[in-house]
Amino acid sequence: MVVIPDILVQGAQMALVLLLSPLLTGFVRKVKARLLRSRGASVFQPYRDLLRLMRKEVVLAENASWLFRVTPYMIFAATWVAAALVPTFATGLMFSWTADLIAIVALLGSARFFLALAGMDVGTSFGGIGSSREVMIASLAEPAMLLIIFTLALLAGATQLSTIAAFMASPEVGLRVSLGMALVALVMVAIAENARIPVDNPATHLELTMVHEAMVLEYSGRHLAMIEFSASLKLLLYVSLIACLFAPWNLAGSGAGPASYAVGAGAYIGKLAAAGVLLALFETATAKMRVFRVPQFLGAALMLGLLATLLLFVSRSL
Amino acid sequence: MAIAILLWCIAALIGTAVVAVAAARSRHAMRTVYALCFAACGIALSAALFHLAAGGGAAQTLTLPLGLPWLGAWFRLDALAAFFLVIVNLGGAAASLYGLGYGRHEPAPHRVLPFFAAFLAGMNLVVLADDAFTFLLSWEFMSLSSWALVMTHHREPSNLRAAYIYIVMASFGTLALSLAFGLLAGSYVQYGFEAIRAAEHEPLVAAFVLMLVLLGAGSKAGIVPLHVWLPLAHPAAPSHVSALMSGVMTKVAVYGFVRIVFDLRGDPVWWESMVVLGLGGGTAALGILHALMEKDLKRLLAYSTIENIGVIFVSLGLAMAFQANAMQWAAALALTAALFHALNHSFFKSLLFFGAGAVLTATGERDMEKLGGLIHRMPATSFLFLAGCMAISALPPLNGFVSEWLIFQAVLQSPDLLEWGLRIMVPAVGGLLALSAALAAACFVKAFGVTFLGRPRTPAAERAGEADRFSIAAMAVLAALCLLAGVLPGFVIDGLAPVTLALIGESMPVQASLPWLTVVPIAESRSSYNGLLVFLFIAVSASLAVFVIHRFASRALRRAPAWDCGFPNSSPLTQYTAGGFAQPIRRVFGTLAFRAVEHVDMPPPGDTRPARLTVELHDLVWEWLYAPVERAIGFAAVRLNHLQFLTIRQYLTLVFLALVTLLLALAIWS
Repeated sequence: MVVIPDILVQGAQMALVLLLSPLLTGFVRKVKARLLRSRGASVFQPYRDLLRLMRKEVVLAENASWLFRVTPYMIFAATWVAAALVPTFATGLMFSWTADLIAIVALLGSARFFLALAGMDVGTSFGGIGSSREVMIASLAEPAMLLIIFTLALLAGATQLSTIAAFMASPEVGLRVSLGMALVALVMVAIAENARIPVDNPATHLELTMVHEAMVLEYSGRHLAMIEFSASLKLLLYVSLIACLFAPWNLAGSGAGPASYAVGAGAYIGKLAAAGVLLALFETATAKMRVFRVPQFLGAALMLGLLATLLLFVSRSL
Repeated sequence: MAIAILLWCIAALIGTAVVAVAAARSRHAMRTVYALCFAACGIALSAALFHLAAGGGAAQTLTLPLGLPWLGAWFRLDALAAFFLVIVNLGGAAASLYGLGYGRHEPAPHRVLPFFAAFLAGMNLVVLADDAFTFLLSWEFMSLSSWALVMTHHREPSNLRAAYIYIVMASFGTLALSLAFGLLAGSYVQYGFEAIRAAEHEPLVAAFVLMLVLLGAGSKAGIVPLHVWLPLAHPAAPSHVSALMSGVMTKVAVYGFVRIVFDLRGDPVWWESMVVLGLGGGTAALGILHALMEKDLKRLLAYSTIENIGVIFVSLGLAMAFQANAMQWAAALALTAALFHALNHSFFKSLLFFGAGAVLTATGERDMEKLGGLIHRMPATSFLFLAGCMAISALPPLNGFVSEWLIFQAVLQSPDLLEWGLRIMVPAVGGLLALSAALAAACFVKAFGVTFLGRPRTPAAERAGEADRFSIAAMAVLAALCLLAGVLPGFVIDGLAPVTLALIGESMPVQASLPWLTVVPIAESRSSYNGLLVFLFIAVSASLAVFVIHRFASRALRRAPAWDCGFPNSSPLTQYTAGGFAQPIRRVFGTLAFRAVEHVDMPPPGDTRPARLTVELHDLVWEWLYAPVERAIGFAAVRLNHLQFLTIRQYLTLVFLALVTLLLALAIWS
């Protein structure tokens, strides 16, 4: 039977993203704290937070509807499915053909759609402000992301992530202007999508500048745990995506032996750590922007994506 | 024979319309008319589906001794017609079902019932027509019956204006189409489609035909800048008619475009596709931006129709570009995507208009800023409306995503195009499409969030009750179709194969035989999508998370007042409104698209006057294109008015001068 190892690898991937994502969040927080010369909480703190939140009772606003209660699970499911489809340590996963890169981005779009609705459900002004700003950010970040996908798809001749990753690992890629632009744009989109500084501040509360936190203000208990978990998963997803596209080294191919899977997993954890350090460095070094500067930031990502695509239409070698 | 059944159904619809004129005021008229329409559309739908499922079969023709004496009325049922008949009759059956419940709240049923049946018959006739005369006659019949429906509530001045602008634009469109057919008929004056298809058309004539069709069919579909009537007229009609106009009649216009451009006119030239692409992209972006600024629920939906028409035309433009470059398989992909999106849009737009109608019946309000909290009072309607919002926002695993995904796949085939203009244009239009898709999601978060979520903003919203069972059944059927077409898109794509095969000579690979019903446009290593598995994965992982948490962690729940950072305000007016929600997006795009200006009137300290913020938005298309024309016509009318008040001597002089001028002109010309 060839199917059983395939199922095992796919299952390992699904479990891996679930297990590693709070660790990545904790690691970024730890590095940030060390950079600010404080000790910071343990890297395992997010696990404890999640467990504590899950065990607590939910305090639900009186006006909250069924949508408000369903949303955390919907977001979690959509993000988990998306994260399980991005190659982390191995390409050619069993269900990798279920959704290509466009569909993965659209799955995250579904999650955001529900979160924005949940922000408006209770009928408070904070929820509304969060949703309204979130959709504004998304309306620029999503087209930028699609243009980045166009760039990659034109180069690799596919929107299938496994194929793109295999292409990026092959020697025929070389240095290209459009790839550089796509990388910069992708990092900018990832920062915006994950509500990191300078677009949003994941650590802030009770400030008029917050976006993501304003939407989830009314959540508590297990619902909040699900939403925080999804946020960690999304960060991990974007890091995995950037890693598998722009650092596709040591990815195990389909049907590889256990040794190469182990190497792939080790390399993946190394990539996550590197990305975590870089993110913490960047966040410590910059300040948060005003909300109405965000469109300019994302507009730059959009233009970079468009330019990268146009360059490829003009010449296949750029 | 399927075509005979279809024509009998149309005859039944026309008969219903005639009887309804006489009997509209009787007690059972409403139920009988809608039930008859439902039955006729249902039979026609099955006939069309059967014809399409039988592989498109051979085209069936039928000639009736009606119309012009030496020509007769020609009808033809081929794969393309069958596909659009499915759209028309599915929408028609759903609207009739909805009408069974909704019609009870209609104060003037005699103004709706006859024209409703006639409108359905007209749309069916347009699709079946096989000669220019029948086509134009049915087209005008469709326009006039829908105009009468827009005039239903004619006591409201805004509806009168809407109907006036609609009839002007509809006449203009028919004029353009009749000129297009005149050019196609050529000097031999052949009005049968068979003869037009066989004839060779000069490139210049073909280009003129395309422009005229863009004016004629485009004005009916709502292409910018010919869209101005659409957001006025569609919402003015009763809601099930709005659904038909937005969800179905715009598709009949798309049918007209496809029939003439892909079937009758011959192969396109590459620059023509650039015109269609540019118009489509602009229409999509501008339509959805207008929708975002709107606070009237039905007008928002009408503007979103414009966006979707733009998306369809972008895809049609791509198909033309590929066809001009002899890339038939890519053209088949693009055309399939366009037709699939047309089908999808007819599903979710009808669903959303039905939902808006249910809200209108329950509260008497179309203004979203006077609604809110309806999810508690109209649970079924709000759930189904949410499904429609998800589908139209192109979220997987529903159907809107599949067609947009196919369009993006078609965009990605374009670097193989030869022309530079196209190579630069296609990625830019692709970017515009991505932008409109993202803005559409924002727009429908707003539409659902402000209308159905939060706290009720007025007593009317507080007292709302659930819609009747017919309305809910109609919406549920459409929502189920949205899910089915999203989860099993392979069957729809295979159903479209005979259509593209007939028009382009190529079709997408057969999908239904692939394992797990995956959609693979070209090759699995390039791109594939499986709606069924995505749906299953989401369902399984969500249920798993719910089970694990409720079983092993906690299931305790307590209701308490909202937190809102410790300062909850009891007034529901502190919630975000439709205008407030769209404000960030208006700041980003508004200055460019609407010349938006904010005026802040801040009283000085000590003054007790309230501070006011007003936003000024300009509809640039209206101000730059239509207003000057309107002014010029008004100016000419005022000037010419003098001619009505002359003395008899002056009239005689005028006649004499006119005669001399004409004779002179004749003498010089010859």
